[in-house]
Amino acid sequence: MVGDESEQHEPIPFFSTQPPQNQHEAQPPQAPQKLTSKLSASDYLFRAIARSGGLLVLVLMVAVGSFLAFRGAQALHKAGFSFLTTQDWNPDGGGFGILAVLVGTVLIALVAIVVAVPLALGTALYISEYAPRRFQRLLISMVDLMAAVPSVVFGLWGFIFLEWRMTSLARWINDWFGWIPIFKVNGVGRNQTGPLATFYTSSSFIAGVVVALMVVPITCSITREAFSQAPSGEREGAYALGATRWGMISAVVLPFAKGAMIGGTMLGLGRALGETIAVSLIISPVFAIQPHILQNGTSSISSLIALHYAEATPFGLSALFAAGLALFALTLLVNFVAAVIVSRSRSGAVSEA
Amino acid sequence: MTTVGNAVPSTTVPPRPGGRPQQPRRLSAVRTPDVLALLGALAAAACTTGLLWTQIAPFSGFVGYVVATWCLFVLIYAVLVSFDQDRPTVRDRVVSVVVHSLGALVLLALVYVIIYTFFRGYTALIHLNFYTQDLASAGSLAPLTQGGVIHAVAGTLIEVGLAMGIAVPLGLLTAVYMHEVPGTLSRLVRTVVDAMTALPDVLAGLFVYATLILWLRRGFFGFAAASALAVTVVPIVARAAYVVLRLTPGGLTEASYALGSGQWRTVWHVTLPTARSGLATAVILGAARAIGETAPVLLTAGVNTHVNLNPLSGPMMSLPLLAFLLVSFPEPAEIARGFGAACVLLVLVLLLFAIARAVGGRGPGQLSPGQQRRRALASRRDLARYQRVDAMRAAEAAEYEYEFPEEEA
Repeated sequence: MVGDESEQHEPIPFFSTQPPQNQHEAQPPQAPQKLTSKLSASDYLFRAIARSGGLLVLVLMVAVGSFLAFRGAQALHKAGFSFLTTQDWNPDGGGFGILAVLVGTVLIALVAIVVAVPLALGTALYISEYAPRRFQRLLISMVDLMAAVPSVVFGLWGFIFLEWRMTSLARWINDWFGWIPIFKVNGVGRNQTGPLATFYTSSSFIAGVVVALMVVPITCSITREAFSQAPSGEREGAYALGATRWGMISAVVLPFAKGAMIGGTMLGLGRALGETIAVSLIISPVFAIQPHILQNGTSSISSLIALHYAEATPFGLSALFAAGLALFALTLLVNFVAAVIVSRSRSGAVSEA
Repeated sequence: MTTVGNAVPSTTVPPRPGGRPQQPRRLSAVRTPDVLALLGALAAAACTTGLLWTQIAPFSGFVGYVVATWCLFVLIYAVLVSFDQDRPTVRDRVVSVVVHSLGALVLLALVYVIIYTFFRGYTALIHLNFYTQDLASAGSLAPLTQGGVIHAVAGTLIEVGLAMGIAVPLGLLTAVYMHEVPGTLSRLVRTVVDAMTALPDVLAGLFVYATLILWLRRGFFGFAAASALAVTVVPIVARAAYVVLRLTPGGLTEASYALGSGQWRTVWHVTLPTARSGLATAVILGAARAIGETAPVLLTAGVNTHVNLNPLSGPMMSLPLLAFLLVSFPEPAEIARGFGAACVLLVLVLLLFAIARAVGGRGPGQLSPGQQRRRALASRRDLARYQRVDAMRAAEAAEYEYEFPEEEA
């Protein structure tokens, strides 16, 4: 076999079916044979073409990153360290920095994760453990379909339908939990009446809820796959020891899929950080740190790029590239950590053949 | 070890206990008390909340009613079950209810988003001109009987077609490379592709905007959008195809190598055909993803209101971008058109998705009835060919009066 299976597998324990050694006369230990495969000319050509394809993709991907750095260098050079500490975005006159947009991006993503993860884990558990067998494939298809629904459709739904209906919920949270700093809304008192809805629209909270709908299918499909791979021997063992269904799940399935659950959450976080269109539709940009997630006005890096690229001067464009570079670095970091966690988890270790 | 032979079997069967014959036990999970507890808790919760909402407390709102009912329901159900079950069982029942509710909530949200889009787009969709005209003559105040989205449909199809034309060969080639050629470089490519699957789509758009749009200085054009989409989709296709290739049964490829074929022949005649349906699914889902991407198109394709079929010059509209732009207008007609465009987009995605399910959904090596028939026919043809060759050999042998050594059948 020419493939690279050997590096991915543990060596298979070899149980000898032969009689014990002492019945034979002692033989000198055989040196391991060196296996080489001789490739024909067509194989060399095939490998060269395949390698060039892989290299092209590699170059393309590296080009995106290095290009962002190259074009953003001008702005980064001028702003220096203040690029990370300035809240305002005014590259053509005065200071500019990504502090406010970065905080906005992270807050929206965190809201999305907090909303999406329970939903995704619940759905994954439902599909793999509770749903009737004959519906399972249909349900898996529906989650896949949810991943394929264009983000602009979720965006329209959030912008036209959800935004004004969420204000009463936001009001309620603010009324009862306003003493927690992130749920505070400036300018609204506890028993104040009047047209208050505008205080609560276009907030990180609403954007995060809509982004959560796009995160759910990603996290759900990764965790569901891990849940369904939990070894049936251990499941049956738990049942045989008298466990209830939840007892079995908490003792076997959840520990087995722990890595996939964390990794799936991180991958969802990566998606949430980069979401552009739905966020651009919903939020109204402000360039100051907005720690109150229920209050009108926030911003994110991706929507900053989408809304400002057209009227940007060359230097402003360079600043946008620098912001893009920050987003790139952030998502790359999150995804690498997620990939490492997923690949280290036990659920990745299944045989292929 | 048991002795086999004429020995008397030493197993003794105990006599059946007298009295009634045993009844088969019902293993079904549904029991009447459980159902009654569930229904009772639901009724109690709905009524209590109803009383609270209408008579006692100053609460209002349908969503609040549903949420409060649900919380009360879980509480009452736990109490009801705890009357005749132990702690672990109560916990099991409560978790079961919560998991079912979460699953239902997600599926309801998905269905609701889709239905809401069609509901809002309905007023635009019923006019035939929506599918046959562009928006060149219809301003934002024009009624829905004027103007349509044909320019965006054409633009989307051209852009996605070109993007897939670039992304599919490159993605599949990369997948084959990652699967077939081992080594450090291959692992590096795999890592980078994994990381790039989640590249924020706006960055792909920004990259192409800075290269193709700003360097070429010819304004927005469709091919730039296609390139941006290709950059977004290549890692997705490559990764999905790689996962499918890894599912190819190892026995098949090893059999091919054992028969003496090289790597190229094995890939072309065994690995790829075995994974064909899975690869098709990967490609189609990639296309579905490309159709829905808005941010790369926003930065690279530009905006226009008439049909432009030339991807190399002039801005080219696309459906997601049109929907995105139209709903920002205050006029109801424009919002309806925006939702109409989103509906057309959804129909395209659903169509692609249905095709992907019809083509794929089968494991590698599992054949549809038609494929099985063709396989059987080919096999029968092969048999006939072998028999012809055998007969010819026999005739030649008879001519030379030479007898093949008899082989044991």
